[in-house]
Amino acid sequence: MLTELANQGPAHIQVPQRLRHLLEVAPLTTEQISFILDQAKPFQEFQRHPLKKLATLRGKTIALAFFEPSTRTRISFATAAARLGADTMNLQAESSSLKKGESLMDTVWTLEAMRPDAIVIRHAASGAAHFVAQRVDIPVLNAGDGTHEHPTQALLDALTIRDRKGRLEDLNVTIIGDILHSRVARSNIHLLSKFGARFTLCGPPMWVPADLETLAPRVVRMSRIEQALEGADVVMSLRVQTERLHEPPFSADDYVRLYQLTPERLKKAKPDAAVLHPGPIIRGLEIDSTVADGPQSCILEQVSNGLAVRMTLLFQLVSGLGPDAPHPASGTVQ
Amino acid sequence: MILIRGGRIIDPASGRDSVADILIDEDRIAQIGDRLRAGDAQVVDATGSIVSPGFIDLHCHLREPGQELSETIETGTAAAAAGGFTAVCCMPNTQPVNDNASVTRSIVERAANCRVRVWPIGAASMGSKGDGLAEIAAMKDAGIVAVSDDGRPVATARLMRQVMEYANALGLPVIDHCEDGSLAAGGAMREGPTSIRLGLPGIPGASESICVGRDVEVAKLSGGRLHIAHLSTRASLEHVREAKNNGLDVTCEVTPHHFTLIDEDVVYDSNYKMNPPLASDDDRDALLEGLADGTVDAIATDHAPHHAASKDVEFEKAPFGITGFETALALGLAELVHSNRISLMRFVGLFTTGPARILKMERKIAEGQPADLTLFSLEHRWTFQVKDSASKSRNSPFDGREFHGAPMATVVGGRVVWQRNVARAARQ
Repeated sequence: MLTELANQGPAHIQVPQRLRHLLEVAPLTTEQISFILDQAKPFQEFQRHPLKKLATLRGKTIALAFFEPSTRTRISFATAAARLGADTMNLQAESSSLKKGESLMDTVWTLEAMRPDAIVIRHAASGAAHFVAQRVDIPVLNAGDGTHEHPTQALLDALTIRDRKGRLEDLNVTIIGDILHSRVARSNIHLLSKFGARFTLCGPPMWVPADLETLAPRVVRMSRIEQALEGADVVMSLRVQTERLHEPPFSADDYVRLYQLTPERLKKAKPDAAVLHPGPIIRGLEIDSTVADGPQSCILEQVSNGLAVRMTLLFQLVSGLGPDAPHPASGTVQ
Repeated sequence: MILIRGGRIIDPASGRDSVADILIDEDRIAQIGDRLRAGDAQVVDATGSIVSPGFIDLHCHLREPGQELSETIETGTAAAAAGGFTAVCCMPNTQPVNDNASVTRSIVERAANCRVRVWPIGAASMGSKGDGLAEIAAMKDAGIVAVSDDGRPVATARLMRQVMEYANALGLPVIDHCEDGSLAAGGAMREGPTSIRLGLPGIPGASESICVGRDVEVAKLSGGRLHIAHLSTRASLEHVREAKNNGLDVTCEVTPHHFTLIDEDVVYDSNYKMNPPLASDDDRDALLEGLADGTVDAIATDHAPHHAASKDVEFEKAPFGITGFETALALGLAELVHSNRISLMRFVGLFTTGPARILKMERKIAEGQPADLTLFSLEHRWTFQVKDSASKSRNSPFDGREFHGAPMATVVGGRVVWQRNVARAARQ
């Protein structure tokens, strides 16, 4: 199994086995996912606390190895670490030694030699987090690897959806956009399918290949967005990666005409459908401003839930405490 | 003089399957018979082993000249000997490319003192770039046995036509690596459910069969001998089957990894990255059928060593290819013979008379024939440890695999060039 489990002691009823790494959503159980989301709840409250700093991970260091440009995920992890009291080491694509031809392995070993307690990695190559996890002795958190997975995004999306809909079970989820190249879509499909979700995928046909239907049971493709949105509980709009518009050449005007999430189209979904977007959004391209800023939009909740989920995961993977340890934020929230 | 005693001779050329002794004098088979007198000959006890004509590998990369960090002719042929091969055909994609007689001669000279015979394959086009024809006639005089732009397909149908016509006049087959570059571009594994799940860019199966279809049409147009390298899909095999039914001189080879593994076996380990990529389960079934019914002419390894630093990187960044000499026979026994898919006679033919026919050579065990023999066991249990490989490279997905059946000894030109150290293996 790619996500290794540590501390394989006698099974506790409520508390699932502790994760060693977080590399992908695919092998997680619903119990593990629900546990992470439950543990994130007090951290959600904690974000509203006037003094946002815990001592839980004081003395711990988190290496943030971002081999691919990232703003929100990197800041989210850095803030989550800081609010747990941990220090961070930053490696950014723009200034990294990769530019000088150093291999991923050597870069990671160099970071590891500075004795961080975990590595958070974002990389353009699918499988990069696995590659690193096989070669280091500390926990690895995948912050997005190529077009494979983005597990923390799926977990924060799940937390957002659970808050909005009151449940994760049996949802109709519509994803719109470049699904072939989306690690967010893959992680979300894996996660919500475990809870019985029915997925409808919609986007330019070359970005929605038939093989996507094999990712999970109950995944279908539809070519017309109005049809795809029919009866949706959750609508996920994906960023149009403008760099991909060139392969093959594809007109942004056509994209807007066929796939933009507009208020009129959103009416096809259930009236209380939640609208998610992993960001950064390009207003006027994949999503209309009225929808992005409207009452159904969860975009900013996703951002703040990102902190709660990442605090949970850093705490789980780095603290060394068992899953049944007292919650670090339990004493701070009134 | 060498006496191979008590082996079960399997000789596809004559259909012989019987226990007998073989006496070798110098580099030729002198006598075959029961209880031959050893005299002062060196005795090789082959009791319990199969004795077959020497195995030929139609497709390998020895990396010399130019990429000696990954392999040399010496280390590559040592690995070939340990795999039971007595002759290997090395592809021309070296640095420089083997597109002229002086490179061919240097390979032949370097190979002269090595353990197994090396038969170079010359480039079809200059630098394998797909523009002008390479110096095929001069290379033939220097020792090439076929032409190919392997690593990539012969660039255009027009060039393929010219190469086939020209090579045919010189009596050489054209071996093509079939791949439509526009469909395959950027791909790291076979396109399908697994590539979708792993998020790795996919290469559709049609990338290969489109090019096989082109080549078969060109073969029809030009005459000549077409051999499809490392064929991996059902659709490609259908093209070859139809070509054969139409009487064209079209042949093909299949690698052990393609008849053993499928795309679903791929994990984030670059030892599962090769070109053509591991295909679907259905494609593998088709290859197994083709190996059984005769549509596939030969098993070839596509031994493609890459040094650790180049291969131990992110999957998408890694070069294509895996080593193959030392595991080919055992994988074949496991997937084809022990599973009762093909007879032992046919199996031996895929390594001997099959490749020989493509090169218009003879391969048989008979008095007066060159003493190139492969001894192997159907029973011997062993574990392939890549760290012990004779190759300079370690890029095999079969590290740690347990096998039932193994090469036991390799005889080239009347010399025992390799023998399995059974005593040591038993101790481990």
